[in-house]
Amino acid sequence: MEFDLLINAIIAGLMLGGFYAAVTAGISISFGMLDIVNIAHPGFIILGSYIAYIVNVHFGVDPILIAIVALPGFYLLGSVIYQVYYQSFEKRGQDSLRGLAFFFGLLFVTEVSLNLVFGVDYRSVDVPYIGGSVSIGAMEFPVRMLVPCLVSLVMFGGLILFMSRTFIGRAVMAVSQDPQALQLMAVDPIRIKRIAFSISIATASMAGAFLIIIQPVIPSAGREYIGRVFAICVLGGLGSLPGTLIAALMIGVIESITSTFYGPSWAPAVSFGLLLLTLAVRPSGIFGR
Amino acid sequence: MRTPAFILVLTAVAAALYFAFNYVGNDYLFFAGYTVLQYIVLATAWNILGGYCGYVNFGSAGFFAIGVYTTVFFHTVGQQIDTLMPEFLVAPMQLIFPLPLPILIVLAGAVAGLVGLGMGYLTLRLRGVFFAIATLALTVVLETFIVNWSFVGGSRGAYVIPPNEVPIFGHFIQFLFALMLALVILALTTARLIERSKLGVGFATIRDDELAAEASGVPTLRLKLVATVVSGALMGMAGAPFPFYIGYVEPASAFNLSYAVNSIAMPMIGGTTSWVGPLVGALLLGTLQQVATVTISSAVNLLIVGLLLIFFVIIAPRGIVGLVQDWMRKSRKETKS
Repeated sequence: MEFDLLINAIIAGLMLGGFYAAVTAGISISFGMLDIVNIAHPGFIILGSYIAYIVNVHFGVDPILIAIVALPGFYLLGSVIYQVYYQSFEKRGQDSLRGLAFFFGLLFVTEVSLNLVFGVDYRSVDVPYIGGSVSIGAMEFPVRMLVPCLVSLVMFGGLILFMSRTFIGRAVMAVSQDPQALQLMAVDPIRIKRIAFSISIATASMAGAFLIIIQPVIPSAGREYIGRVFAICVLGGLGSLPGTLIAALMIGVIESITSTFYGPSWAPAVSFGLLLLTLAVRPSGIFGR
Repeated sequence: MRTPAFILVLTAVAAALYFAFNYVGNDYLFFAGYTVLQYIVLATAWNILGGYCGYVNFGSAGFFAIGVYTTVFFHTVGQQIDTLMPEFLVAPMQLIFPLPLPILIVLAGAVAGLVGLGMGYLTLRLRGVFFAIATLALTVVLETFIVNWSFVGGSRGAYVIPPNEVPIFGHFIQFLFALMLALVILALTTARLIERSKLGVGFATIRDDELAAEASGVPTLRLKLVATVVSGALMGMAGAPFPFYIGYVEPASAFNLSYAVNSIAMPMIGGTTSWVGPLVGALLLGTLQQVATVTISSAVNLLIVGLLLIFFVIIAPRGIVGLVQDWMRKSRKETKS
């Protein structure tokens, strides 16, 4: 019995980790590769959740489909934010302190605006598969976890392929290491950074849809993901997408085991503990360069 | 101005304010004033680390809540002495408890300072970003911890009933207001002292170029730890009287994100390079919010703070103080020519 519980906790953790991978993908690109500390990212994820919610309630469309349709919108939003960020902070060379405050302000404004429009009640979507579950032997796979996890893994795989195989992807990896060398190749580093940042914001659309399938959402829900997301990002090694994926699965499993055996109210503390531990012991992460 | 004279001036202003409010005789003034004063302390405290050293602390709400819950903890201990303590300790403990508020404030400062020290030691050796992220996560974790700790009320919250009357001050809110005034004087004096001492110069080198500072022999880690401890302790002290102010504390109100946002927005809007900036920012934003909460709604006023923060960070990076300095320099040039 105890063993079954453990197995199911691990499986639930792996599925949760798959979802965390989608949540962290954006930060892994913006913070890990571009050195832009976008702490507003969880706010955009919640924005994605609410877009999925509002379309789903009115038209009954599947949230993941909505998120895919909303991708260009989020991409555009990312471009605009990067342009403002570049003009006001990166260009002037004072991006650290004020840039952080800027993103913090964005996070806060997003949350308060959602609060004003939708109120503080929990919102959830209506999808036929939310209640179902697949079981193999003693193992349970709730579909509302399974679907986001699988789609997230597909998206993450696509990102890894994009970064390693396409010209723009490789340029993104290069821009974090040596923007001047990139310029010598006749590539505009600012343009590459803008594209990469826009992609990172676009992933928030998908992650938002996953989130609202998994659990009901309130405007302030983004905050509990900040610690988790950066813990995963640092643990996986900055700028390494495969490392991020593995770290996401790890944190998912550890959190799931914690909440199964010690109660779910302790789960948020796990990632912070791991974050502090990583920063103190090995700041370059497990798979760091 | 020398520091004793500065303290004297501040005390005179504080006393004048207190008696003016007392003369008007409206309790609401004291309630609203208390909140603004609390923000002055928080903003000044934040600026000691954020403005002087350039290290962003997103965890103001966490440090504030440490102060709040230190008070709740000792208050609860004071109420359950018979069950908590071994028999021979009950009588002496009953003499000590309930602890007077000024002592609670000092205790809260000590606890918050220690937390700042621990966190700083783990994260300040790395790039500033990591410290900022760790402070963000700190709030979430402390809240988790408090929610699970039923002794201080857990997620249900705890009641802290203030006494109705206090000798000398009369109504309790007037006592709290006077205490907060004292904390404001303490915070402003500390900030000004730091600014003018060797410590402040050291902080400024860290802000401007940490590598160069390190290379020229500035003990950067030690200085950063000092800043974190002082800043955290002041935030904790600002939180200590809060349970008595509000009467009922729950994690969501003690860890409210608006403390974190305001304590960043106020120095940023006022100007981060001197102690005047946070004071101006807190007075302006704090008063504006009190007015907006009454006339519009509390959600809208938070939106205004967020938008103002973004606006100032982009348009006027040196805040109101910077704008005024530019304007004065300009007009001086014009009079010369």
